[in-house]
Amino acid sequence: MYQYTDFDQQFVKARAAQYRDQLTRNLAGKLADEDFRPLRLQNGWYVQRYAPMLRVAVPYGELNSAQLRVLSQIARDYDTPSSELLARAQSTQDKIGGIDAPKLTVNYGHFTTRQNVQFNWIPLDKSAEVMELLASVNLHGIQTSGNCIRNITSDERAGIAVDEEVDPRPYAEVLRQWSTLHPEFAYLPRKFKIAITGSNEDRAAIAWHDVGLRVLRNDEGEVGFQVLVGGGMGRTPITGTVIREFLPWNQIINYLEAVVRVYNGWGRRDNIYKARIKILVKAEGQRYFDEVEAEYERILESGAHHTIPQVELDRVTACFVMPPVDVVSDEAQEKAEQALLAQARADKEFTRWLQQNVTSHQNPGLRVVTLSFKRLGQAPGDATADQLATAADLADKFSSGEVRVNHDQNLVLPWVRIDQLADLYQAAKAAGFARANVHLLTDMIACPGGDYCALANARSLPIAAAITERYQDLDELFDLGEIDLHISGCINSCGHHHSGHIGILGVDKDGQEWYQVTLGGSDGSFLSGPAKAGKVVGPSFAAAEVVDVVEAILDVYRDKRESGETFARTLNRVGMDDFKAAANAARNTTARAH
Amino acid sequence: MTLQIITQHTADGTNARALANDVDVQTLDLEGLERIDLNFPKFTDGRAFSQAFVLRRRGFTGDIRAHGDVLIDQLLQMQRSGFSSAVLRDDQDAAHGEKLLGLYKRFYQGDAVHATPLFADAS
Repeated sequence: MYQYTDFDQQFVKARAAQYRDQLTRNLAGKLADEDFRPLRLQNGWYVQRYAPMLRVAVPYGELNSAQLRVLSQIARDYDTPSSELLARAQSTQDKIGGIDAPKLTVNYGHFTTRQNVQFNWIPLDKSAEVMELLASVNLHGIQTSGNCIRNITSDERAGIAVDEEVDPRPYAEVLRQWSTLHPEFAYLPRKFKIAITGSNEDRAAIAWHDVGLRVLRNDEGEVGFQVLVGGGMGRTPITGTVIREFLPWNQIINYLEAVVRVYNGWGRRDNIYKARIKILVKAEGQRYFDEVEAEYERILESGAHHTIPQVELDRVTACFVMPPVDVVSDEAQEKAEQALLAQARADKEFTRWLQQNVTSHQNPGLRVVTLSFKRLGQAPGDATADQLATAADLADKFSSGEVRVNHDQNLVLPWVRIDQLADLYQAAKAAGFARANVHLLTDMIACPGGDYCALANARSLPIAAAITERYQDLDELFDLGEIDLHISGCINSCGHHHSGHIGILGVDKDGQEWYQVTLGGSDGSFLSGPAKAGKVVGPSFAAAEVVDVVEAILDVYRDKRESGETFARTLNRVGMDDFKAAANAARNTTARAH
Repeated sequence: MTLQIITQHTADGTNARALANDVDVQTLDLEGLERIDLNFPKFTDGRAFSQAFVLRRRGFTGDIRAHGDVLIDQLLQMQRSGFSSAVLRDDQDAAHGEKLLGLYKRFYQGDAVHATPLFADAS
């Protein structure tokens, strides 16, 4: 992992002090709420449906166990509403009806698709204290919200993926530093998200970002970036366009400075729904590209101050060396593999876990293990204070003290020795993290939705719970194979419904919750094909119908698929019509012609 | 260069020009200008930060002054983007604003005042 320097530490502490000053003035009535709002947002503090929400930045998803323990402490000691608030919130939620809903929960963290961690109940007057606690382990909420360059995300397997061309982490870190408190880009037209991968497989959904970066080698072996610009979800889903096929690695900051500066000047400010860079790129196209290139030239002519020196890349890269995992000897490895095989033959569940939650590593003696936070009784990506602490223990014992928050709202252990897999399985199972459903239907993405979020039009979590409950049978889940099911509670698309093979979007009509279902979306992975938004199957469904609609869609798949064909491929081959018809036939409360 | 915080703007005969925040300052004629007034219609509209940066990059050494919805919490960003003076919104506490300018010793990225980034310090 990146080793934070004294400078980094002092910087985060200065930021916490700055935030405390702002909060103090706000609470004293010297800083008006509307003037404080953008300041708290740029520190990760929202005010949601019932309480503030804190989004903690996890740069490119990497956390160490000490940081996880502080997150656990925050969940335990701060993520607690007063009993009056909780009772009021619960009673308001109970009135919504339409579908059985899990109760609101407290004292937990939530993993997001952008690899961050959120808390839902921390009172605002405790927020400065929490920021200081976070700063003690180099954590913060810098630029996790607001119209600025957001926390940079990456491949969950950065630096360990077998299909990796170039480790993206040093570049992600250099870009983290560049974007942190950039004075010129703190008040952009709209939020600005960057994702970076260095693998053939895109596990970071780069085409769905304002800027997507793929670090690669050209035919001469030189390292550079393919740069995509103008992707994003929301009301107008658009995938990114390539603006540069190959930019030399040391120019990435200079180039992004041009990309963002032109956007700052040209992006629309009159309509929040048209302010993202995707709208600018769509409207101006080549004219925007030309201006970026012209601005980049001016940056070069005026000194190219942010050209990254080799020595700096080397320094940062040195922070990402493999942790001192004991080398597994060939003999020990063979023994471990034999033992795993024997165990797997005896234990079907273990076999499934190995198959679905464990994957290969650049180091043949190691494996990458996903801890599943998708299980009955808890919302997707939620982890209680105790579970966060347990995850920290597992990281220490089995993964050199490191975990990664992934895009699918799970935790990944990046450094697991092959001869410790069986022990890890037992420990993960005891903790409830060993559900063998990674990438399967119930490994769904869901935003917090109308249970917590002020923007939501409908709840996501009761839908997620109903689908999880219906699809508990692992035989059935394995038979259905890998399916991306994504649920968003509103068009802001935090649950990435646009990119789901099956997407579910909460909409509000006449004060009631309705759900639009889309099919055929893709995040850009090999399984899903080139990134694209799904298509709507028909008018929206009532909450209680959604799980039946999903089942009807999956039944069509089972009926139509060819041997070994995934859901995404079948859908692609046979087209939408049969799926649409089945989905619409599953209506029972909404009129067919609704 | 420390930002001059101004609580009351008075005309002083300086050859100044006020620009809207959608003016392209890359091609603006700077000849004879002693001061350029840039505008923040709302403090969350950050276009003038880029205008100031580009003006400094073009070599403008006169005064660049922030007008409009100027709050003390954005002064540091203004200073770093190339502003040399700022006229505060009426309700702002200038003394506290002075303090906020000194919150950080150094930043990661280069800016209009300190062109090179932190990584250039070491190399």
